[in-house]
Amino acid sequence: MAQIFHPSMNIVARVTIFGAIFFAAGISLAGWAFVNSPYVTQVNVVREQAVPFSHQHHVRELGLDCRYCHYNVEKSSSAGLPTTEICMGCHSQVWKDAEVLRPVRESFAKGEPLLWTRVHDLPDFVYFSHKIHVAKGVGCESCHGRVDEMPLMRRAASLHMDWCVDCHRHPELAVRPQADLFQFGRNKSLLGGVSTEPLMRAAFTAEGQSAPGTRSIPSATHRKSSDTLKSGSELVAEYGIVTRQLTDCVVCHR
Amino acid sequence: MRTPWHQFAFGIALFACTAGCHRDMRDQPRYEAQEASDFFANGQADRPLIAGTVARGQLDAQDEVHTGKVSGKFSKQIPIPVNRELLERGHERFNIYCSPCHARTGAGDGIIVQRGFRKPPTLHQERLRQAPAGHYFDVMTHGFGAMPRYGAQLTARDRWAIVAYIRALQLSQHATLDDLPADNRDQLTKEQP
Repeated sequence: MAQIFHPSMNIVARVTIFGAIFFAAGISLAGWAFVNSPYVTQVNVVREQAVPFSHQHHVRELGLDCRYCHYNVEKSSSAGLPTTEICMGCHSQVWKDAEVLRPVRESFAKGEPLLWTRVHDLPDFVYFSHKIHVAKGVGCESCHGRVDEMPLMRRAASLHMDWCVDCHRHPELAVRPQADLFQFGRNKSLLGGVSTEPLMRAAFTAEGQSAPGTRSIPSATHRKSSDTLKSGSELVAEYGIVTRQLTDCVVCHR
Repeated sequence: MRTPWHQFAFGIALFACTAGCHRDMRDQPRYEAQEASDFFANGQADRPLIAGTVARGQLDAQDEVHTGKVSGKFSKQIPIPVNRELLERGHERFNIYCSPCHARTGAGDGIIVQRGFRKPPTLHQERLRQAPAGHYFDVMTHGFGAMPRYGAQLTARDRWAIVAYIRALQLSQHATLDDLPADNRDQLTKEQP
């Protein structure tokens, strides 16, 4: 009986076996890249809205406090989108004939809600509360990024679980003094918002980790209005944050 | 369940059943705050309160603290204890909700006024300095002229805190050297060129 495969097929077989490792790695990498891509996470993807509202204009140029519109953020799990009445508080006189604000005026006249497309939406099995995060010193910027630099609203972070847990493991890298909670760009050295990874890596691997148990937290210091510097760990103690409970499943899932 | 074959068939049948119970746990059949709804006529999942509804602990009694009035007349004084904590709360709330128009000084030339909103009177004029505390409370609760109401944003306590802070602002513009404690007075006179 004649041989089916020519001896040169041995090489092909070897290359295939060897290549399979790279193939499998490539597939995993592609999967990881896909899951973390803006296509899935919606990071930096601007949503179309009924009114092209600019946080940059209202926050940076006018200097309005976040709480002027999102006034439930300190007392409710939901920060709350402002009612049309709040928009009209100023826009009954300022830009009162602007075409872009027509939907706002119509909503106000008819008593019908404005329809916004949600930018930040956690899965329903996550029980997130703005109230407790604000009370315990997590500023807006830590999750929402430089909102004051966003002409149109977009997500600054993936809202993936590993991103949440990064912070729940090391709250000292994110907490701020109460005076800085609603400020942007003040704590440049902190987890400014967006990606926690570089800082985490710097702080807890390689050069940052001198010896287990004595982890140094580089530049996790905070400016207080009185110019006294407070480290993140001091703030964590001050806020009474119990770090070892922060990663319990029941903290976010019930 | 006699043979492995039966068990296998049963397993397949069970598995097929679960396909019918698929439920997306990311988007569960419940409403979130301010979500849109196909069910209610106005498209809002948030329901308006039925008249007369009072949430536990939120009964706003028709007393002086919640109306700013005593037998139909504005309260002359702030009806809750004024201390440093209340003033600081008032300072913070004033800067959030009032300063866009009234400016942080109370002079009435805030950023929104600079952009075309009707200019409010300065809080330092004689008429407003003499106005009873309840007047400010009432204006914040119900609005006044072009100013919208802030009852939803500010609790009664917050509104009184702001009244207290307005009084502090007014004093700041009309204080004399004699109002200062002795040591501060010395400091100020020394620092003058």
